[in-house]
Amino acid sequence: MTEVYRPVGGKLLTRQFYFLALLALIAAYFLVRRFIFGIGDVSNLSDGYPWGLWITYDVVTGTAIACGGYAMAVAVYVFNKGQFHPMVRAALLTSVFGYTLAGASIVVDVGRYWQLYNVFLPQYANLNSVMLEVALCISLYVLVLWIEFSPAILEAMKANRALRMLRHILFFFIGVGILLPTMHQSSLGSLLIIAGHKVHPLWQSDIIPLLFLITAITMGYGMVVFESLYASVNLGRKLETDLLAKVAGVIPWLLITYLVLRIGDLTLTGNLAALAEPGRAPILFAGEMALFGYAIVSLLGKARRRHPTHLFWSALAVVLAGALYRFDAFLIAYNPGPGWHYFPAVGEMMITLGVVAVEIMAYLFFVKKTPVLAAGH
Amino acid sequence: MSEQAQSLTETDIGPNLSNQLEIRGVSRRRFLKFALSITAAMGLPFGMSREVLAALEQSQARPTVIWLHFQECTGCTESLLRATHPTVESLILDLISLDYSETLLAAAGHQAEQALADSIAQNRGNFILVVEGSVPMRDGGIYCKVARKTPQEMLHEIAPHAAAAVAIGSCASWGGVQSAAPNPTEAVGLPVALEREGITRSDGSALPVITLPGCPASPYNLLSTVLYYLTLKKLPALDAKGRPLFAYGHLIHENCERRPHFDAGRFAEAFGDEGHRKGWCLYKLGCKGPETYANCPAIEFGDVGGNTWPVGIGHPCFGCAEQGVGFHKALHEQADVKSVTPPAFFPEIFTEHPGGASLAGAALAGAVGGGGAVYALNAGKKLKKAEAESSAESESESR
Repeated sequence: MTEVYRPVGGKLLTRQFYFLALLALIAAYFLVRRFIFGIGDVSNLSDGYPWGLWITYDVVTGTAIACGGYAMAVAVYVFNKGQFHPMVRAALLTSVFGYTLAGASIVVDVGRYWQLYNVFLPQYANLNSVMLEVALCISLYVLVLWIEFSPAILEAMKANRALRMLRHILFFFIGVGILLPTMHQSSLGSLLIIAGHKVHPLWQSDIIPLLFLITAITMGYGMVVFESLYASVNLGRKLETDLLAKVAGVIPWLLITYLVLRIGDLTLTGNLAALAEPGRAPILFAGEMALFGYAIVSLLGKARRRHPTHLFWSALAVVLAGALYRFDAFLIAYNPGPGWHYFPAVGEMMITLGVVAVEIMAYLFFVKKTPVLAAGH
Repeated sequence: MSEQAQSLTETDIGPNLSNQLEIRGVSRRRFLKFALSITAAMGLPFGMSREVLAALEQSQARPTVIWLHFQECTGCTESLLRATHPTVESLILDLISLDYSETLLAAAGHQAEQALADSIAQNRGNFILVVEGSVPMRDGGIYCKVARKTPQEMLHEIAPHAAAAVAIGSCASWGGVQSAAPNPTEAVGLPVALEREGITRSDGSALPVITLPGCPASPYNLLSTVLYYLTLKKLPALDAKGRPLFAYGHLIHENCERRPHFDAGRFAEAFGDEGHRKGWCLYKLGCKGPETYANCPAIEFGDVGGNTWPVGIGHPCFGCAEQGVGFHKALHEQADVKSVTPPAFFPEIFTEHPGGASLAGAALAGAVGGGGAVYALNAGKKLKKAEAESSAESESESR
């Protein structure tokens, strides 16, 4: 664990950066409207669809994509694969902003945001609530992530004293940082169990917490590969193909486990029969399976994994498959009953785009200005 | 009364409560339900219901109770006697040995005073003293006399020998309606009266006082307190004002069924307006729920059921149980909210649109999807180039 991390350097205010800033500004406009005129002014959310794009993308999918830090921590600290340590900081960086903005999205999404503080008052806590578990766990994890990531910021600030002190306690936060996502990523799935028949039979299952957890970890690894390749293409860094191939080697086995569990469960419960029903659900299901299948096939062979383009497309497929799985379960194949319709409003989409833009801007800022990426060997 | 019950009356009736249930027309099922709900009201865990039931059924030790009336309206006694489960409640009264109560005593005059003196002599240090009504401190308490004795004299005489005291109702707890300005009799509650008169138990230790404020006090809070003592042989946990935490631990506001309206900013602005008819929050009409500690929203009031308690039927809580609120603040005065005062302005939370796809929305979604695809394809191309370069490099290196 003696890697040297260096800021990439280079110009921060590029054309792309300005474009992202523009997106963020548009989102800010809609956010101001949302907070003054209310949630109905910018969104299409309703009592039938209280969870729309913001929860499904920003929170459920966003935190799964941001599981890179968690997935790498599991690999490095639980399975003791020290060789991946150089990639931990970059993975943590995507996690920090993924989770922070997911938490912030909750404030945007909750209709009466001025009541949100009640979640943190212990006298009102309902300890049987999955939602409470998710809320507290994610808030706590955001804090833990910032502490885990703080060495990069402290190094950039040259705050050596604080850095030395932090090193003594960091192991504790790394431990907590592995525990918390395990809890809430599965709980995000448990939220759907409560929704009962509103969730389509092809997605509703008693083991949905486990399925969400496995896909979150695979999406985390997928994102680590994707992020590294992104840095190579856009920041002129050397390809880390050897390491990426090893990271990506885990993905197909996790996905196979996931598919066996999911299809096995569907068969046992007899819900697989819903595939024969007309409608868009079987098509969506097939789409997921195609993406998962593509990722498995293209990552299973050792030789294919060594091609960056293969890695790129299959990492993208892993992330998209996990995202589609979440979108289907939470939104597209979700049926709250007759009379309800939902398609995200322009304001909703612009806010989500803004969130993504801020994430990328933050990534670029930290990668260029603080020691996040390992110096080339 | 059924035939079986009749035959029971004729034969021997056991000393325990369980022996009397059938005669009083209380089914076993109803009795168990009562035991369960009273366990919950005491804030005890579900598993304790068995102990509560045992205490109800097999209570041999009937604690002696001496019930004194000072400056009051007898409303607390009435509310206890007029509860709509009279059978069960009178059974509870049977659990205690009510040796002296001016309202319920069959005896009168000197006979009654003799009963009081006898009971104190027999149960010295063991009886529970229940006080209903406030103590007038002005002019030595001459404004309230029973058998020519002022409350002060009675307390000096009786209180030192009690095991514990219960101040039932707001009057006995903190002065109640008599203490409202200008408070002509200088009425105070039992705890203050004991302190000012310097009354302690005969061994010099302080007399524990449980206060059960309310106007009238909820009879279930007295029943729960008595049962708690019978079940666990100790007094329940009290707050700084001597109120059992199981009943007075939360603000009315915290468990109020109209709380969501408060949080959402939906207030009745006048009696009979649209908001009032729709059952919105009564805060702006002067509801004192946000500063009054009591369990009314949980167990309701008056025992009629069907959501009958002041707020439930559309009247603002007037804070009868809270010192300095009930009888002190005007009905229309807004409560001093203990938690969070509502903002003046609430953003709407309801969407006006039907929720379907708009043309702009669909176009934007398409643009985002298309843009993402183009960007990914481009990145893929760049990567292919980088891959070719790096493989060329490594080949040249290996040569």
